[in-house]
Amino acid sequence: MLNFLEIHNQMKANSIALSFKGNVTFELVDSIIIIISDKLDHLENDINVRKKVYGVLTECLQNLCNHIDKVDEVQVNEKYDVNSAVIMVDTEEDAYLIRTGNFIPNDKTEHLKKWLEEINLMNKDQLKELYNKILTNKVFSDKGGGGLGFVDIARKSGKKLEYSFQKIDDKYSFFSFQIKINKNKQV
Amino acid sequence: MDTLVIEPKSKTPKINFDASVGHMEISGISCAENSVEFYKPVIDWIDNYKNEIKKDTTVDINYKYFNTSSAKCILDLLERFVNLKNHGTNLTINWYYEQDDEEMFDAGSNFSEILEQPFNLIEIEQ
Repeated sequence: MLNFLEIHNQMKANSIALSFKGNVTFELVDSIIIIISDKLDHLENDINVRKKVYGVLTECLQNLCNHIDKVDEVQVNEKYDVNSAVIMVDTEEDAYLIRTGNFIPNDKTEHLKKWLEEINLMNKDQLKELYNKILTNKVFSDKGGGGLGFVDIARKSGKKLEYSFQKIDDKYSFFSFQIKINKNKQV
Repeated sequence: MDTLVIEPKSKTPKINFDASVGHMEISGISCAENSVEFYKPVIDWIDNYKNEIKKDTTVDINYKYFNTSSAKCILDLLERFVNLKNHGTNLTINWYYEQDDEEMFDAGSNFSEILEQPFNLIEIEQ
């Protein structure tokens, strides 16, 4: 007999847990953001933490969509579904956790890695300076942001970006990305 | 010129630009994945307003949140508002933010700094 009472009990009360694997579209991203922000409105009292989680999630998921857009659908790998991604949102005692995983073409990994390394070397003031430099350079990417996404994620979370790349064949690598947003301890 | 009214949607803000009284209002969320498209008519409207410019122009901006795709568009439109001063209007920019919302407060002061234009930063109750 099916009985999920134990699973229900194991999942922490007053927390957010969401996992998704599949094709990521802008419609899906919108739905996830609506679900998470509704839950946050109920669970998180601190307006700044709420807005940070909302903002970081939006940037992570829109990033994901923009990357996946560029994966050539003709290329297939027998072992992995390179057009699908994973999204996980989780709550720890003192932080919210956002994790994404997606395939990117091997020729893009070096550039992305360098960019993330560069961001991680910067302190708060340097990140603000970089943000403003990109903001004011008048170059609009086709999606509008022009490379502000990861800088904004680093600024909002105040944490180092955690990531890894794993090469799966001569075409693709798997990009794992994780960011934490601390809860406000005073609340 | 026509008043520009765009009703708010889940990812785009409310726009209410009235040339007859020189009052422009933007409020809500701006987080579309491609914001360039949304802001194009808004920016075009500001450029046309130059031809019928009023002695005083007041801009009320009240973003709850904007994403990075919107940030450049917002700077672009703010810059066009600031440039209206060269066409002989007294410009007032009011930047509203929710009580305790540090991010929107910082965003307002940052735009003000970049554009070298004073903003009235006004806290509103949630």
